[in-house]
Amino acid sequence: MRYEAPQSVDTAVALLAEAAGSAHVLAGGTDLLVRLRSGHIEPELVVDIKRIEGMRAIVEEDGGWRIGAGVPSAELGEHAGVRGAWPGVVEAAGLIGSTQIQGRATLAGNLCNASPAADSVPAMVAAGATARIAGPGGTRDVAVEDIPTGPGRTSLRPGEFVASIYLPAPAPRSGDAYLRFIPRTEMDIAVVGCGVALTLDEGGTCIAARVSLGAVAAKVLLVGKAAAALVGTAVDDTALAALSAACSEACSPIDDKRGTVAFRTHVAGVLAERAARIALSRAKG
Amino acid sequence: MALDKQAETAKRQFKVVGTRPNRPDGIDKVTGRARFGADAVAPGMLTGRVLRSPHAHARIVKIDASRAAALSGVKAVVTRADFPEPPAHVADVLDNCMAGAKALYDGHAVAAVAAVSPAVARRALKLIEVEYEVLAHVTDVDEAMQPGAPVLHEGRTDETVPEGFSGNVISRCEFGHGDIEAGLAKADRVVERSFRTAATHQGYIEPHACLAQMGPDGQADLWCCTQGHYMVRNTCAAILGMEVGQLRVTASEIGGGFGGKTTVFLEPVALMLSKKAGRPVKMVMSREEVLRASGPTASTSIDVRIGMTKDGRITAGDAVLRYQGGAYPGSPVGMGSMSAFAPYDLENVRTVGFDVVSNRPKQAAYRAPGAPMAAFAVESVIDELAKSLGLDPLDVRIRNAAVEGTKSSYGPTYPAIGAKATFEAAKAHPHWSAPLGENQGRGVACGFWFNFGGDTCVTLNVNLDGTVSVSEGNPDIGGSRASMSMMAAEELGIPYEQVRTIIADTGSLGQNEVTDGSRVTFAVGLATIEAARQAIRVMCARAAKIWGIDEDAVVWEDGAAKPAGPNAGQFPPMSLAEIAAVASNTGGPIAGHCEVNAEGAGVSFATHIVDTEVDPETGAVKILRYTVIQDAGKAVHPDYVEGQFQGGAVQGIGWALNEEYIYGEDGRLQNPGFLDYRVPVASDLPMIDTVILEIPNPGHPYGVRGVGETSIVPPLAAVANAVSAAAGVRLTDLPMSPPKVQAAIQAARG
Repeated sequence: MRYEAPQSVDTAVALLAEAAGSAHVLAGGTDLLVRLRSGHIEPELVVDIKRIEGMRAIVEEDGGWRIGAGVPSAELGEHAGVRGAWPGVVEAAGLIGSTQIQGRATLAGNLCNASPAADSVPAMVAAGATARIAGPGGTRDVAVEDIPTGPGRTSLRPGEFVASIYLPAPAPRSGDAYLRFIPRTEMDIAVVGCGVALTLDEGGTCIAARVSLGAVAAKVLLVGKAAAALVGTAVDDTALAALSAACSEACSPIDDKRGTVAFRTHVAGVLAERAARIALSRAKG
Repeated sequence: MALDKQAETAKRQFKVVGTRPNRPDGIDKVTGRARFGADAVAPGMLTGRVLRSPHAHARIVKIDASRAAALSGVKAVVTRADFPEPPAHVADVLDNCMAGAKALYDGHAVAAVAAVSPAVARRALKLIEVEYEVLAHVTDVDEAMQPGAPVLHEGRTDETVPEGFSGNVISRCEFGHGDIEAGLAKADRVVERSFRTAATHQGYIEPHACLAQMGPDGQADLWCCTQGHYMVRNTCAAILGMEVGQLRVTASEIGGGFGGKTTVFLEPVALMLSKKAGRPVKMVMSREEVLRASGPTASTSIDVRIGMTKDGRITAGDAVLRYQGGAYPGSPVGMGSMSAFAPYDLENVRTVGFDVVSNRPKQAAYRAPGAPMAAFAVESVIDELAKSLGLDPLDVRIRNAAVEGTKSSYGPTYPAIGAKATFEAAKAHPHWSAPLGENQGRGVACGFWFNFGGDTCVTLNVNLDGTVSVSEGNPDIGGSRASMSMMAAEELGIPYEQVRTIIADTGSLGQNEVTDGSRVTFAVGLATIEAARQAIRVMCARAAKIWGIDEDAVVWEDGAAKPAGPNAGQFPPMSLAEIAAVASNTGGPIAGHCEVNAEGAGVSFATHIVDTEVDPETGAVKILRYTVIQDAGKAVHPDYVEGQFQGGAVQGIGWALNEEYIYGEDGRLQNPGFLDYRVPVASDLPMIDTVILEIPNPGHPYGVRGVGETSIVPPLAAVANAVSAAAGVRLTDLPMSPPKVQAAIQAARG
C-alpha cells in the first residue's frame, strides 16, 4: 500500500486519476482506517488530503460557509458562525462517534463513506448543502443528495474527490434540526435519522422546507412530499401529522439487526414531527 | 456453633478491614504501565492467527495448508491433525479450540498459522484451502430440541432425557420438593407465562491474548490473560500430552473476564504452533473473534407457573428451563434451575432443566451463570401476581422470604442468610416510595447466588525489614490484591501499606481454583488469614526463644509479640519488624502458608429497585434511578464491593435492554462488534446507588461472603418489571430493545 500526502489539489487529482488499483481518499480516516485495519479493504493507494491548502479551513462565502474537506466535527462545533446559521447540521456532525472521533471525523468523509445511516448527511441535505468536487476536468458543484448512490457507492468519477462542503446563507426566519433514533444515548449508528429545515414568512406561514431521511432506504432521501406538507401552513398539528405520514410513506427500509421495517417506518414519522418542531422554534427565534 | 461464630465475628472491631485504601494496581492501570495479555513479548516472537469457519455447521472434508506452509515467513501451520488424541475430560475443550470432524459454529477454529509478521500470517490464512460439506444448522434453543432438528453430535444424550426430543438435548435435571398441583389448587390466582432471553457476551474490554514458548526439551512457558492460570496449565498440559510440571503459566493483568476467561481458546493452539515453529508465538483475538468464538452465555426459553393466595403467600412454584449452551454440552441450566426459587421459603417447588446444544460458540461462565435468566422469569411472574392481587411486590417477597432453617428449593437447609434483610432494606429505602412521572415505572426483583470456595494456596513471607509479601494464585479481577493485603494487615496488626500481594505463577504455589464463583475474597481471604496466623505463631515462638520463655506464654497483639501476662515475665513487646530483623539468628526466614479446600462460602442475596421511563412512540427505555441492596457478609474494601454491585447491575441492564447475539438465516453472527452488540455506555446510566448489608457468613473468620456475581441476578427482572409498569404491558422477551417495546405498546393500545 502506498501512502501519499500531496500539498495541492492538482497533485491529489493526478495521484487518484493515475492509480492502477483501488485508491482511497483519507480525510479524518475514522471510517477508512477501521476498514483498513480490519482487513475489509486492501487499497493500493491512500491519498491524505489534509495537507492541501484550504482543506482545514472554514470560510465565509456569499453569506454562507465553505467547509474544507479536512475540517473535523469538533472544529465545526466550536465555530460560532456555522453554529448560528445551521445548528442542525452542527448537531448532526456532533453525533458522529465519540469525543475522540470528533477530533478527526469530517462532513466530506461522512458524505463520501456513503452510508445510508450517516448522521450529517440528512442534515446537510435539508440545509441545501452542495459539495465542491475536484477532478481531472476541474471543479464542479453538486447537491449533497446526489453524491451517494447506494451503500458505499458515490457518483464521484475516477480521480475526483470532495474538496469542500458549502452551506448556503439561511433565509431570514429559518431554522433547521436533525434527530436520530439510536437504542443507546451515544456511540451508536442511526436506526432512523431525520433532518428538517424550514423558513417562515413574517406572518409565521412556512414558505420553504426541506425534509431528509437517513437509514430508511439505500441512500439518504430528500422527501419532497414531506416538505410540501409544511409549506403554506403554520406548521400546526395537522401539518405535522401530514409530514409524519409523508415521511413514513417515503421509507423503503430493510429488516436488519438494527431495526425492523415496521419500526423504522413508524419512527421516521415520529422523528420528522419532533425535528420539525425544533426547526420551527428555531425559525421563530 | 454457627451462631457463636457469628456473634464473635459481629463483635470484632476491625482496624483495616472496612476501610477504603488506594488500590495497588491503580497507578499502573491509569498510566498504561500495567501489562495485559497482549503486552507480552519475547525475542524472536511470531504472530499466530486462526482460520475460522464461515459456516454454522459443516463437515470438514479436507484441509490443504501446503500453499500456506510454503509462503515465505510462515513458520508453522497447525490443524487438528497435529494434536494427540485428548483425554476425555478435555476432548470438547480441544474440539472447541480446533475443530475435528466438523465445524460446529460460525467462527469455529479450523487451522492456525505462525508467521514472522501479522501481514504474512493474514496472507497465509487466505492460502489455506478448506473443503467443507455444509450441513443444516440450528441456533434457536426451542428449534434445536425439536425431533428432526439438525443434530450436532450423535450419541451424547444421556439417560435423564425422556423420549420425544432431538439428539441436541443432552441432559435433564430436576430440583424441588412438595406437590405442585396440590399447591396450585390452594392458590387464589395462578399466573403462567413463557419467557425468552437472548445470548449475551461478558463484554470484557481486553480480548483474549497469550504468548507461548515451548522449547525442544519439552519445557514450556505461557503468559496469558485468564481468570485461572492453574486451569490453563492443567488443561493445556492434558491437551498437549505434557506433564503438568513442565508447563509454567503466568497470568497477566486482566482487563475483565466475568467468567468468560475461565477456559482456554488460543492457549493450546499457541503452544502447538510454538512447538512446531521452535519459536515463541503470540496470539491476540480481534473483537470480532472474541464475539464469534469465545464463550457467551446461553440463550434460554423458560416457562413459569406460580400460584399465590390473595394475601400473598406463594402456594407453589414450577418452572421448565431450556438453555442452549452452544456447540457442546454444559449450559448453566443446572444452576439456573437450582437458583430460580432460591430466595423463597416454599412448600411446593419444582424446576426442570434441559441442557441443549446448538450451532453457536460453546458457552462459558458469565457472572452467576444461569441464574439471571431464571430470576428474570420467576421474578416477573411474582411481580405480576403481586400487582394483580393489589399487593406490594416487596411485601409479597417479605412474606415468602427464605430464612435461617428454610429448606431451599434446591435441597440444602439455609444457615444465617440475608434474603429477608435485603427485602426489608429495600422497603425502607427512600427510592421505594419516591414519586414517579408520566410514562415511568418502577420495578423490583431479588437474586440469589451460591458462592464457592475450593482449592486455594497462599504463602505469606515476612521480609527482613518488617514488610510482608503475600503470594496468591488467583488473578486479581475485582480487587483481590487489595483485599488480601488488608486481611493480612488486619490479622498481623500492621498497616495496609506494609503488605504487598502478588499473583504468583503456577510454579510457585500449589493448585488454585479459577477466579470464579465469587470465591476469591472468601477462600483466598480465609487462606491469607490462616497463613498470617501461622506466621504469627512462628513469630511468637521466636520471641519466646529470645526471651527464654514458653511459646504458650507469648501472645500477639497490635502487631507485636507480648508476654501473655505478669507470670510469663517482664519483657517489652517485640514488633513484627523487630522479630523479622533478627530472624536469621532465631531460626531463619519467617513465613506462613495455607493450603486448603475452602468450605463454608455463604450464599448471597440482593434486591434491586429501578425506575425507567419509556418513550411510547419509539419504545426507547431510559434508566432513571437504580438502587442495589446486597448482603456482603463483611465488606473488606467497600469501594470494590460497591463496584461489584454497580458492575453487575450495569451488565444486567445491558442484558435486559439491548445486548443480544443476532444470527442470520445463514447461521452467521450478524453483530460481531461493539457497534451492534450494544453494551450500555456511561451516558445511558444514572449513578447506581448501593446499600451494603453485612449479615456475617459463619463460614469465614471475618464473615465475608462473595459479592461478585449476585448483583447480575436481579436486574433482568427488575428492569423488565419497571419497563412493563411504564409501558402498561408485560414484556417477556429479552432484550427489550426499542422495536420490541414499541411493537408491544402498539399491540396493547391498539
